[in-house]
Amino acid sequence: MHVVSIRDFSKKDIERILNVAEKMLPIARGEKTSDLLKNRIMATLFFEPSTRTRLSFESAMLRLGGRALGFADPGGTSAKKGETLADTIRMAAAYSDVIVLRHPQEGAAKLAARFSDKPIINAGDGAGQHPTQTLLDLFTIRKETGKLNKRNVALVGDLKYGRTVHSLAYALAMFDAKLTFIAPPTLQMPEEMIATVKKMGAKPELANRVEDVIGTADVIYITRIQKERFPDPSEYKKVAEIYKITTDLLEDAKKGMKIMHPLPRVKEITQEVDSTKYAAYFKQAFYGVPTRMALLKLVTEGGN
Amino acid sequence: MKEMKIQPIKNGTVIDHIEPGMALKVVRILGIPEPESHSTISIAMFVKSKKMKEKDLLKIEDRELKQKEVNKISLIAPNATIVIIKDYNVKKKMRVSLPEVINGIARCSNPNCITNKGEPLETEFSVENGKEIRLRCLYCERYVTDIVESIA
Ligand SMILES: [Zn+2]
Repeated sequence: MHVVSIRDFSKKDIERILNVAEKMLPIARGEKTSDLLKNRIMATLFFEPSTRTRLSFESAMLRLGGRALGFADPGGTSAKKGETLADTIRMAAAYSDVIVLRHPQEGAAKLAARFSDKPIINAGDGAGQHPTQTLLDLFTIRKETGKLNKRNVALVGDLKYGRTVHSLAYALAMFDAKLTFIAPPTLQMPEEMIATVKKMGAKPELANRVEDVIGTADVIYITRIQKERFPDPSEYKKVAEIYKITTDLLEDAKKGMKIMHPLPRVKEITQEVDSTKYAAYFKQAFYGVPTRMALLKLVTEGGN
Repeated sequence: MKEMKIQPIKNGTVIDHIEPGMALKVVRILGIPEPESHSTISIAMFVKSKKMKEKDLLKIEDRELKQKEVNKISLIAPNATIVIIKDYNVKKKMRVSLPEVINGIARCSNPNCITNKGEPLETEFSVENGKEIRLRCLYCERYVTDIVESIA
C-alpha cells in the first residue's frame, strides 16, 4: 500500500485512517509509549527542504519506537550527480521499510511507487499532491468540530495554485461538505476542480469576502496568498488586506467555528486571533503527528 | 463540369471518415511525407458524406500504418476507418477505437512533470471522452493542452 494521492482513497479508507489516528493521540502527546514499529526503519528522502513536514514524520516514527534515516535536502546526494529518481528509490527501498518522499516534480511519488517494493508515502510532489496534509486537515475538522460529514467549509485565499486546497476540496466533497470558495477573481478555484466536486454531488458557491460566510461556516480554511502572483504590489496589498482574519471579523462568527491554516502564515491571520477559541491552526499542525503515525502503521502492516 | 477525383492507390493506406478539417493534423502526427519519399499523398478535406455530412480523407501510397499510429489517429479522429490496400485490393479494414489508457504515445505538456525528466518510464494518460477528447497524465494528473502537439 502506497500513499500517493488522496484520489486513491475511498471514504471508508479515510475513515479508517482517522480512526487509527485517534488511537494514536496519547502516544503522539507522549502520554503513552509504544514500540509498535520497533526495529522498523523509515527513510525520509527530501529533495526539497520542508522542515515542518519532515519533523512531523520523524516524530511520528520515533514515537512508535521506529528509526528514521535520510536527507533533508538534495545537496551532496547522488541525485545531484544525475542519478535518476527511479534508481535512488530502489536504493532506499533496500535500506528501509517505508519511504517518505518529498520532491519538486509533479508525479514523483507515483513514479517512486512504481519502482519501490516498500511502501511510499508522498510528502508533497511539487505543485502536485500532498495527501498527508489533506488527511491531517480532515482529522482536524473531525476532532475540532466534532464530525466530518456535512460540514460547512469555506476555503479562502489562493485557490488557483494551491494544490493543498484542491485535494482538500476533493476530500471534503466525499464527505458531503457545503463548500464555499473565497478568493480574488484571479486566484479563484480552477473550473476543472469546480466541475470535479460538482460531479461528486457538491454544490460549491463562489464568494469574494470572508464576511459572506462568517456567520454560517463551521470551518474557515485560509491559505497564504503569494506576493509573486501579483505583478502590481499595490494590488497585492489590497488583496492581502481583504483576505485577513481579525478579531473584529470574528465577532460575527458562528459558535464553535474553527479557523485552519496549513502554516506558515504570514499576515493572513492576526496574532490576536491565536488566543481565541476559534484558532485551530496550531492544533492542526500537531495533528500531523498522529495522522502520520496512523499511516506509518497501516502501510508497514501491509494489506489495505 | 467534370468532377475531380482522387486516384485509387496501388499499395498503401486510405484513412476515411476523418473529422472534417482534421486531415492535416493526421498528416502531422503520422510524420508524412517522410524525408526522401516521393510516394503520392492525397488529402481531401470537407468531402460531402452521407454518414458524416462532411469528412476528410487521406490516401497514402506505399505506407502501412502500425498499431501505434492507429492509436494516435483514434485520439484526433475517433470515427476514422483505415483501409490497407495491396495491388488495388482491400487487404485489411480497421476501425479505430478509443483506448481508455494510452501508454508511451503522448508527452505530458507540463514541463514540471516527472515524465519529462529523463526517468526510465513510459508516459501514461487516461483518455476522457466527453464533449471533446482529453488526455490526463496519470503521473501529474494534469490535462494535456494540445493533443496533436503531444503525440506528433
Ligand atoms: Zn504529467
